[in-house]
Amino acid sequence: MEWEVVIGLEIHAQLATKSKIFSGSSTAYGADANTQACAIDLGLPGVLPAFNEEALRMAVKFGLAIDAEIGLKSVFDRKNYFYPDSPKGYQTTQLHHPIVGIGHIDIELEDGSSKRINVTRAHLEEDAGKSVHEGFNGMSGIDLNRAGTPLIEIVSEPEMRNAKEAAAYFRKMHSIVTYLGICDGDLSQGSMRCDCNVSLRPKGQEEFGTRTEIKNVNSFRNVERAIDAEIARQMDILEDGGKIIQETRLYDADKNETRAMRSKEVANDYRYFPCPDLLPVIIDDNYVEAVRATLPELPDAKRARFAHAHGLSAIDAAVLAANRELAHYFETAAKIANDYKLAANWVQGDVSATLNRLEISIGEMAVSAEQLGRILQLIKDNTLNNGGAKEVFNALVEGKGDGSAESVDKLVDSLGLKQVSDSGAIEAIVAEVLAANPKLVEGYLATPEDKRAKAIGPFIGLVRKAAKGVNPQVVMDVLQKKLSEL
Amino acid sequence: MHNKTIAEISRDLAAGEYSSVEITENLLSRIKQTDNRYNSFITVSEEQALAQAKAADARRAAGNADAWTGVPMAHKDIFCTNGVLTTCGSKMLSNFVAPYDATIVENFNNAGAVSLGKLNMDEFAMGSSNESSFFGAVKNPWDTDRVPGGSSGGSAAAVAAQLVPGATASDTGGSIRQPAAFCGLTGLKPTYGRVSRWGMIAYASSLDQAGTITRTAEDSAMMLNVMAGFDAKDSTCVDREVPDYTATLNNSIEGLTIGLPKEYFRSDLSAEMQQQVRNAIAEYEKMGARVKEVSLPNTHLAIPTYYIIAPAECSANLSRMDGVRFGYRCENPQDINDLYKRSRGEGFGIEVKRRIMVGAYALSAGFYDAYYKKAQQVRRLIKNDFVNAFNEVDIIMGPTTPTPAFKCGEKTADPVDMYLEDIFTIALNLAGLPGMSISCGQVNNLPVGLQLIGNYFDEGRLLNAAHKFQQSTDWHLKTPAGI
Repeated sequence: MEWEVVIGLEIHAQLATKSKIFSGSSTAYGADANTQACAIDLGLPGVLPAFNEEALRMAVKFGLAIDAEIGLKSVFDRKNYFYPDSPKGYQTTQLHHPIVGIGHIDIELEDGSSKRINVTRAHLEEDAGKSVHEGFNGMSGIDLNRAGTPLIEIVSEPEMRNAKEAAAYFRKMHSIVTYLGICDGDLSQGSMRCDCNVSLRPKGQEEFGTRTEIKNVNSFRNVERAIDAEIARQMDILEDGGKIIQETRLYDADKNETRAMRSKEVANDYRYFPCPDLLPVIIDDNYVEAVRATLPELPDAKRARFAHAHGLSAIDAAVLAANRELAHYFETAAKIANDYKLAANWVQGDVSATLNRLEISIGEMAVSAEQLGRILQLIKDNTLNNGGAKEVFNALVEGKGDGSAESVDKLVDSLGLKQVSDSGAIEAIVAEVLAANPKLVEGYLATPEDKRAKAIGPFIGLVRKAAKGVNPQVVMDVLQKKLSEL
Repeated sequence: MHNKTIAEISRDLAAGEYSSVEITENLLSRIKQTDNRYNSFITVSEEQALAQAKAADARRAAGNADAWTGVPMAHKDIFCTNGVLTTCGSKMLSNFVAPYDATIVENFNNAGAVSLGKLNMDEFAMGSSNESSFFGAVKNPWDTDRVPGGSSGGSAAAVAAQLVPGATASDTGGSIRQPAAFCGLTGLKPTYGRVSRWGMIAYASSLDQAGTITRTAEDSAMMLNVMAGFDAKDSTCVDREVPDYTATLNNSIEGLTIGLPKEYFRSDLSAEMQQQVRNAIAEYEKMGARVKEVSLPNTHLAIPTYYIIAPAECSANLSRMDGVRFGYRCENPQDINDLYKRSRGEGFGIEVKRRIMVGAYALSAGFYDAYYKKAQQVRRLIKNDFVNAFNEVDIIMGPTTPTPAFKCGEKTADPVDMYLEDIFTIALNLAGLPGMSISCGQVNNLPVGLQLIGNYFDEGRLLNAAHKFQQSTDWHLKTPAGI
């Protein structure tokens, strides 16, 4: 039978506020256990939450970025369940009146087309703490540093049809929240993670099949692999005439398989009700418009601008626009050089290769955008040839610069890379080279006319060895002229 | 000097009649000698009280004294006190020492008050008789075979027995007004949001309100001056100017329109109770007030509504008492579920468990609409009754309770009978309105309470009306035999 895959994603993104959603504790990552948890985060008796307005502003920003309805009245609810890392015995979240309603984003498919994925809602909630099971002699420890960190949970419609689309959706959301500056996007620290709902149905069937939920997948690659593994598992069962059990599963990346976590046959009853300690959050259109005014250019707009205004290919534009820092780096260098294509080639070539080789982010790159811009300028005005430019770039990567554009010029001088384009000077060098290599000249003259283009190669090498910064085109012209005169 | 009111002590301290240390020592020794009869204190913080008294005397000597400098009082054990045990009347918190002060505790500390300790209460403020405390029942000083009312029974008994001149208290369904009525005292529940709830251990967050139990309305005004005001730590606390409540106490009440809800004077209220309340109303008419009948047609729905909403909220508020981070933990738990079950099973008393179960049921997926949602709709109707009534009158009056203090153990077997004790008080909490109870007569030598209900943030008018009554009558001066 032919099966259709149905995938929906719930993405949890930690908001980049300085303090927690209902307390003044710091949200910084990596502190000693329980050093960033106050009485409120610990749920001690008598304490009350006070809502951090910055989290509201960030959530509204997100809603506007995905063209969503903004809830002018949003309500915090209590979701009741017992778990050791849930200090109050309930999680404060939003159920019926979320801050962000229906919206959408477009994802790019491999064939270059794009697909619209609708977002059902996005709501504010507090993160839980975490249980630590090692180092307590069979007991468990609890670290509440993360408890109360603000999250938005972004719920998609079940509109993705394969794992690649799901990964593209996750990537696009990552790109949007990092562009907005509302989430640091650090997947390794759990700043963004997603639950993948996966089901299969016979092609053409209207109703959904039974779904499973893969919890807490935390990389783009694992979203794709986990879903593919789950699709394969479900398909095996269905092809054998079996039934899928609705359950929560975990993805084991080492074994590339999903495993049952707990059964959802007996549904949890969370006994949601409006939190009486927090008033409904009421905002008006003025508030929303004020937030809208702070929106940066978003990835889609930037991609379109790169492609249309600056003539980049669709793929180049998409790659360069996907990451806010990379896009900024590219654009800064391109503006200095006044050449977007040249800058695009360099950023996707030498710059990206360097980032990959050193496993660093663009923010940690030793070559500043200003320096790259200056290098590109020098290429364009023929001061540097391509080889010289790479040499300067590599020297900067190794730390031989101070970040300033001037240090590029100093390096060009000190490394003797200034390109010689003066044909008089080049003629003298060529004459010297020819005089010093009579055998080579003889060999060249003995070469038949139609093969001479190739035989000129060794002379070019010798000339460039004698003077590094020569303009290769001028060298070629002078060599051809001199040799033809012999 | 134990028989003095807060205002009198404040004046005496200012006049140098005695020092704060002297009155503090006097009351501490009185507590030691007599509280075994009433069981009104859970914790007597003697050292801290004397230190505060000394500091107050030093402040006065330096010429920096205010009205509250060196005045003794005590807190209901529902309010967290930094470094002093806060039990909320429960085994669950029998070892809990908060590392912070409730906002109102902080306010009294900043005002220079001396706290003598923490007062007994029904467990987690659930009860109308103070028989559900883990630390034992409190006895009514008017008759120690009778209950003092709940849940602020410790506060009421301590003030009635003249162990403290005034005490903080809290009111979720009548827990200030009912014990004040049973003990012949003045109890004030302010408007919801007038006083910060920060550091007050939550029972039902949307109903809980901190207030006062004192002997006079003047003392209530003095306490409210310290307690009221905005607190950014409590989102439900209202940012609104705090008037000086003592400044308007003597205003004339000529022309005051008093509403008498016909639903509060039904035949199930005994003739003697009715008579006492009517006598009090007549006194107001003598002072120039006008009386008008009003109707609060949804009064009969207040108790069922309350017993959905309050348990629903408490079922969530008490979830944090799970034995994991603080408070009581069972011995040798086998696993996390065992730890939860036994810590909560052993740590909570019967009434608390009953309400948690009712609340969990009312909120559960299949019953939410039928119970919780419906209760919220009815709550709106009850509130509207009052809004309509206050379009016609300035203040509403009626009995505080259907009966005077009942006998210990009389109603413990029938929780619903006990719940009916709050029939006149509970609607105000659902509506968020301010209310007071003042002593207005006696039946069988037991005090009877007159309830005064005000419009939102109209505490000044309530205190004025109560004070004027106390200026022209002496019910508030009556004390239990032997005190």
